[in-house]
Formats: sequence, structure tokens, C-alpha cells
Amino acid sequence: MHPPDSEKPGLSRRGFLKGTGLSVAAVGLVKSATAAQEAPAAEVPTLSAAQTHEISFELNGQTTQAKVRTGHTLLETLRDQLDLTGTKLVCDQGSCGACTVHLDGKPVNSCLVFATDVAGRQITTIEGLAKNGNLHPVQAGFLHEDASQCGFCTPGMIMSCKALLDRNPSPTRDECKEAISGNICRCGTYFNIFRAVDHAATLMKGGR
Amino acid sequence: MSEKPTPKGAMIGTSFRRVDAVAKVTGRTRFADDLNLPRQVHMKLVRSPHPYARIRSIDLAAAKALPGVVGFLTGKDVPEPFGILPVSQDEHALCQDVVRFVGDPVVAVAALTEDQAEEAARLVKVDYEPLETVGSIEEGLLPTSAPLHGHADEGNIHKKITMQFGDVEAGLREADLVLEDVMFYEGNTHLPMEQHASLAVPEGDGRIGIWSSTQTPHYLHRALTKVLGLPASRIRVVAQPNGGGFGGKSDPFHHEICAAKMALNLRRPVKICLTREEVFFCHRGRHPTLMHLRTGFKKDGTITAQHLKTMLDGGGYGSYGVASTYYTGALQCVTYDVPRYRFDGARIFTNKPPCGPKRGHGTPQPRFALEVQLDKAAVALGIDPAELRLKQVQPAGAITANWLKVGSIGLKECIDRVVAGSAWKERRGRLPFGHGLGIACGAYLCGAGLPIYWNHLPHSGVQIKLDRSGGVAVFCGETEIGQGSDSILAACVAEILGIALEDIRLCVADTDLTPVDLGSYSSRVTLMMGNAAIQAAERARDLIAKAVAEEMKLPTTRLVFADRRVFDAENPGVGKSFAEAVQVAEARFGTLGTTGSYTPPRSPGKYRGAGVGPSPAYSYSAAVIEVKVDPETGIVEVPTVWIAHDIGRSLNPTLVVGQVEGSVYMGLGEALMEESAFRRLPKSRSRALVHKFPSMLEYKSPTFVDMPKVVTYLVEDPDPNGPFGAKEVGQGPLLPIMPALCNAIYDAVGVRVDQVPVQPHMILKALEDKRRGGVGRFGPKSFPKLDYGTPLMVPTPKEGGDGRAVNAEEIGIKGGTMTDRPAARTSP
Repeated sequence: MHPPDSEKPGLSRRGFLKGTGLSVAAVGLVKSATAAQEAPAAEVPTLSAAQTHEISFELNGQTTQAKVRTGHTLLETLRDQLDLTGTKLVCDQGSCGACTVHLDGKPVNSCLVFATDVAGRQITTIEGLAKNGNLHPVQAGFLHEDASQCGFCTPGMIMSCKALLDRNPSPTRDECKEAISGNICRCGTYFNIFRAVDHAATLMKGGR
Repeated sequence: MSEKPTPKGAMIGTSFRRVDAVAKVTGRTRFADDLNLPRQVHMKLVRSPHPYARIRSIDLAAAKALPGVVGFLTGKDVPEPFGILPVSQDEHALCQDVVRFVGDPVVAVAALTEDQAEEAARLVKVDYEPLETVGSIEEGLLPTSAPLHGHADEGNIHKKITMQFGDVEAGLREADLVLEDVMFYEGNTHLPMEQHASLAVPEGDGRIGIWSSTQTPHYLHRALTKVLGLPASRIRVVAQPNGGGFGGKSDPFHHEICAAKMALNLRRPVKICLTREEVFFCHRGRHPTLMHLRTGFKKDGTITAQHLKTMLDGGGYGSYGVASTYYTGALQCVTYDVPRYRFDGARIFTNKPPCGPKRGHGTPQPRFALEVQLDKAAVALGIDPAELRLKQVQPAGAITANWLKVGSIGLKECIDRVVAGSAWKERRGRLPFGHGLGIACGAYLCGAGLPIYWNHLPHSGVQIKLDRSGGVAVFCGETEIGQGSDSILAACVAEILGIALEDIRLCVADTDLTPVDLGSYSSRVTLMMGNAAIQAAERARDLIAKAVAEEMKLPTTRLVFADRRVFDAENPGVGKSFAEAVQVAEARFGTLGTTGSYTPPRSPGKYRGAGVGPSPAYSYSAAVIEVKVDPETGIVEVPTVWIAHDIGRSLNPTLVVGQVEGSVYMGLGEALMEESAFRRLPKSRSRALVHKFPSMLEYKSPTFVDMPKVVTYLVEDPDPNGPFGAKEVGQGPLLPIMPALCNAIYDAVGVRVDQVPVQPHMILKALEDKRRGGVGRFGPKSFPKLDYGTPLMVPTPKEGGDGRAVNAEEIGIKGGTMTDRPAARTSP
């Protein structure tokens, strides 16, 4: 449970991502706040406009172009560049599920996906679920069962639940637990979410 | 007042849908980090890598040279101290000359993009002179430990409290059994899903606004006024819906003040969203607390007297700490009749992130000690632990030994419900080895009876504006943090006016536009805001009723407000639509608006310290937890939790059950895995004290897979002080979980773990201890020695006291207490 008692300067994931792909050696070694020595300034890279890439992908059914910076995540691109703020930044390390979106129909943590890697692929976010003003059955299930309290985990949670129902239209409670165990809800709305999934499953089969 | 129209409610008591539900399931709720404005710049804070150090110098040159960097702040730009409590104004938006924990902010940097700000922050060079750190309660008590602050009661003892209600030693002498325990409750953190974020916006006229994820916009408003040196009327604070708070967003924070200052300097909007690591540094979580509890029992299990000593590891700053320390002693007598009581509490400064209020604020720790000790007493006396509790539940309306007035109390029924639900009588003590049941209870405030700043102003205000369309605008300073306060506000108004939730537009948590509500803390919102909303709505209804009754030539008592209509009770077909009724009233009285406000009743306690603990009402909970303990591995599995909560009245059962289940969830995390632990780096690295788990991966919290079955019972016993009889539910149901779990472990394997979180090795060690002929216990062995001083002596109500101390002057206590101040003059 305890992390190794390392004396090496910490490696920040965010800093590492930013540094990846740059030509300067050792650029990923960024000091975390717990390290006691200063990183030499010369090792810290600066980014320039040349390090952007124009990509095209399908976002919520629409062909979308974006200029993305090297090392930027899909999450940053969605939130900061494309103004799709429904997807949430929480742990920034793939351990909470709040940033879940679908990449080619499969749930992924968008904080762990490089934006450049989605070129030519399909992305669905929470904003893309409702069609023609009608909520997606999973959203309707969450609404019906009051499965949100603060609502911050909700978009990612809904995307994980939708992925579950897409591949398994009649999940058991245990399958449901397993499928969304990577999504944390600190309000503890878990039971309502189970019921929301059941409700959504019924709706998706044409029931009411 | 006698001519009130008949209310015919349709909303209250039903599971109406949350008003914010659709926005939440579509991702359209605007949290603070979702806001962006043209010309905004991004801010980052440079935080200390040292737990305790003097700042020798700050070199901004390299950072300034980066492209895109537009501004800096250092300590000299924000020299005015602040803090949530008037008695502990010991924080600075940026450290002045000393840093006191890893993560203490030193420099703020603004740049055109977040990446640029981050890089600039990395290039800021701060030269530190590390100082000898204080890492624990024990180290803080050493006479050689250098004080972190100048305002502590003594050395690094931030606050020392001692008070006695009745002759405790005599009570202990009368006892047939005296139990003495030392217990420990590890610190843990709120871990809200949303990181704190703020957007500060300078207005053209020199005013400044800040949109922030805060539970307490009113207190942030006060802190900004003080640090920025601007009149309050030139500062606007808006709390966006919080993505979870749990107490972690109740303090005014450095980043909020820096963002506002930076925005004023740059005349551009300034945005900051903390990283997850920074959220761990902001902390204000549960105080790690050592407790010494000595209680006397008669043979029948009744308590004769109790002496509680607590020691809190406060971290580097005051925060809510003085209140937290009082709270470790305040609610010890509101569940069971403790006739004589002594409380000694102390909070110690250490070089860690400051602790503060987390769900239950200061009360889960002593509640844990009390409820585990009651279990031990029941075993020692051969009494069923549920029976032992039932026979000494406080009666409704009681005044406790420490002068708290109990209102309604549904605790007996709570115990009965969980006992029946869990088949306690048939199963407890009779399950196979490794399988057990444990019971515990708890109580919590429905709002602190006193405001943080002593004054006689209302704690909550609501304004209503009636529109000719039939739409109703409701203004209130309350803050939605996920608990459903927006929905309760709308429902209280809709209930009284007989309209639908869709007819109501809310404007909340905006210091420019809404009347003050003190904030979403101390489980105060439903009770206080609810009462204010009811008053405002009743005044609006009475205005409409008067005008409509005149026109319809009916007495107002015959009018009913329901189904968006105002009609004759005796002839329901005759009436007006709500919109028409509003128009009649507007024609009669002019533009229609009303206000309502709420101020809690005065507390009977008049001694110094009596201000912490009073509340208009107390909620009660009881829980039975079933555990399966593997004696080979020490791993604890929880199949089922039965919990009953005395809610007074459920305004919305779905929301109430959600809060109960959420409390069970968070309580199980505290009981089994969550801990804010620190470690020392080796000597070559200055023995620095660093956070073990500043990430969501390593700070273990329960997931779907860990959640047991939870059976919830709501006990309804309307409280006269509650809106429609309602009491709180956001915090109370957490309290019984930790002790019930430890009591269940004892039932399962016959050993005691006197600390939380319970980890497998603790159970194995206790089992080993038992095999070797020991008592079979894991927990702290000793309580540090500390002279708490001469206690403030307050005779109890049963001893004929008047709520005042008899020796205040003798022991040098000057100044009174808010509860002893003359009542405010109220207009008729």
C-alpha cells in the first residue's frame, strides 16, 4: 500500500506527457512538489507553435478538426479546445473514470489518451448521447433513479454504463459492479446507479 | 396569523426529481472549471517542497523570461492574514517568510495558457532554509519544539480546553465498573471528485467578482474583503455548484484570493483549477485524534460519569481547528444521559496540511471511542449492547450535562429498527467464529447554533419575487454541493404556494444578488434555509390570499393554494390560476416581493465554550454492521449494513436515503481504508515530512465492488424547529459506521481494534496477542501527558446550575460568550 521510499525526484505524469516527443533529453523528469531539490532550469523544455498537429476525427457524429499540442490529452482537447466541458478532469491518472469517453465505441479514460492518437477515429462524449432532444436511455435511467448527487462523476459514469449495456444488454448486478468499478463516486450513489442501469437496460430493450 | 389559508401540499414528503438532475445527466451543469471567458489568463501556484522552512529569497527572472507569462504575486502583494475563524487569522494567500507544510503556496504565476503558467511556476526559484519539523502530536508537545505560530495557547498547542460539568470523580467513585481506553482515529480527507477551481473577473468599474467552487461564499466574501482591502460591496462571490464538498471547500483558500488579486492587477479574468495533488495539500480533512476515555457504569449499564480527553493533530494552520477541538467534546452527551461530564481537548500544530471540517466535523472521533467503549461495558456487564443503549437514551426536550437542549429524539426507534432488521437478538454472539454483528449510534447538529462571526444577524435569508406570468424567482445564498439544497429550496416554496418546481427559478449563492446564507456546512441548510424559505413563501401566499379573498369576497381561510391554482376550499371549481392570482395581488399591492429569514433559538449554556454544540435540533442514527473476518489474513468483508436515521421528517425520501447511503459509503472508507498519512524522508533529505498518498490511486477509497448491501430505515418524528419537521441527514449517518464495524469485528473474532482505519495486520496482531494470553487488542497504548489546566466548572442542570461557570474569573477567563450576550432587538 505504501509507495516505495524513493529518493529520486518525483516524476509527474502530467509533466511527463507534456515532455514526451520533445527532443530535449530528460525532459520528462519534472520535479514534484515533494522533491527537495530544484530541477536545473536548462532541462525544462519550452513548447513552441511548431509542436502542434492538425488532426481530424469524428466527434459525436460530426467530422471535427482540431489543432492539438504534442503531449496534450484527449481530455484537455475536448475541454479546453472544443469547449465540451461535460467530460471531467478529476484524478488525471486514469484511476477514477470521471473522464470516460468512447473511442471507437469502447470506454477509455480520456486523460490517458493522447489527442494525436484519435486522428481518424470516432469519439463519443456525454454531449453526444442525447438525440433530437431525447435523452439516451442511460441518461433517462440516471434521471429516473436519481443517480446523481453532486453530478461530477456522472458524465463518466454514464459513459461507462452505456459501454456496459452496449456489450451486455442484460448485465447481472455483479457484472455491473465489475464494469463500473473503475468509476469513483464520492457521494456514494452506487445503489441508485445499479438501479439506473437496470432501468436503462429495460428502456433499451424497448420496455418502459 | 389565525387567518392562514389551508395548506395543501403536494411536494413535501414525495420523491420529487432534483431540480438539477437533467443538467447533471447531460453534462451541462456548470462547475467552476467549466467556466471560461475571453481574455482569461491561467494561474498556477508555486508550492513549498519543504514541510517547514524559512524563505530566503525568491528569484522570478527565469520564469519572467518565458513567453506568455503576464504576472506574478508573492507574499508581499498579499500581506494581510486571513482564516475562517476570527480567532485564527493565521494564513496568508502566499507565505510571507515561512512555509509550514509541503504544499504551502509561495508564488502565484499567470500566463496566457495553462502550459505556460505551469512551466513558469517550475522556473520560479525559491531558496529555502529548512527548519526542524514537528511531525506528530507527541513532537508538538515537546518543550523543545519551536512554535509554528505566535498565537497558540502554549508552544505548539494551538488550543487547550478544559471544562467540567458536575463532580465527575464522585460519579466515577459511585460506578460499579470504570472503563479506561486510549483510542486513535487516523486523519482522512474529503476527496471530492471536483478539484477546487476559480475564475476571478475584474469589472470595468473596478469591482471584482469570483466564481468559485466553495461551500461558503459568504466567508470567502469576508476573507477577500480583508485581504484585498476593498469594501465588501465592491466584491462579488458566486459559488458554482460544487462537485462534492464534504467540508473540504468550507475555508477561504489561497488560490481564490490570489486569483482575485491577480485579476485586479492584470485587469483580465484569471482562472485556476487545482491539480489533484494540490487538493490533497488544501486538505482541511479529518483531524487525526488520540482519545482517552474514562467512563463509570452501574451494574445495569447506566453511565455515572465520563471524562474524555482528546488530542488533535491540527496540521500547519488554524483553519476551523478551534471549533473542531470543541466539537470533539461537544456532542458526547446528546445521545445517552451522561449525568456528569468532563472534557479536556487540545489541538497541536504540526508541519502537515491543515486539518479542518470533514463530514461529522470533530464528532466521529469521540463518537467512535464512546460507542466502542459502550460495547466493552456491555460485554463486561453481560448486557446486550443494544439494551444498554436503549435504557439510557436522552428523553426529548432534555438539557444535557453540558447544557445542550435536545429537541425531538427518535433514537430508540432507530435502535429498534436496526435490531429487528438485522435479527440482532437471534444472531449477535451466536454466529460462527469469523462472522459477527456490531451496533453503534450517533447524533449530529442540524446547523451550528452560532455563526462563525458573532452577531445577531439571521443565518439564512430568502427573497421571493412574484412575476405576473406566475413564475416565482427565489433568491438565497445557499450553495448546492450535491446534497440537493437547490431542490429543497424550490420545494419548500412550491409547497407553500401550491405551484410546480418548473414555475420556480433559483438564483443562489451570489453575494451580489442573494441574501446571506452562511453556507453549506454543519448540516445547517435544510433547517435554516428551509425555515427562511417557508417564511418568505408564507408571506407571499398571504399577500396573494388577501387580494384574492377581497376580490372573491371570501375569508382568506377558505382559500387553497394547490395545483397552480388559488381556489375556494368549499367550492374547488371557483378560483383563479396562480398567475391570475398574482396579477390580482400585484394590482392591489404593487410589485410583489417578500423576504424570510431564520435565526436559531438561543442556547441555555452561558459558559465560555457553550457556543460550540448548540443546534436548533439534533439528528440521530443507529447502525448494525455485519462482518466476516478471515482470521488467517485479517481481511474484513462487510456483507450488510442496517442503518436507521431519525430525520424528523423526510422532505424528499430519495434525497434522504441518498445521503444516508453516501454517509455509510464514506464511513466504511474511514473505517477500513482511508488515511491521510505522512512519512519522513531520510536524513539526507532533511527528514522532510511528506504526504504518503497525494493521488487518487494511492489514497484508497471504496469502489462499487466494496459497497455492501445497505438497508436504510427512516424514522420520522417531526421536530418543532425543523421546516415541516425536518432534521439533517448529510453527516449524522456517518457517525455510527466506524464503531459499529469495530464492535462487529469483536463479535466475529473476539478481539478489539481501538483505532481506524482497521487494517488486516491490526486484526492479526490482536489475534496473536490473544493467543499469547493477552487481552486481544490492537490500538494506541498510552496517551501523552499534558496539563490541561484547571477546568472551567459548570454545574449541571440537575445540580441546579444556570448554565454559567462558577469559576471563570478565578481561572482568568475574560470576556463572555456569544450565548451570554443580550438578545438582539427585534422589530415587532
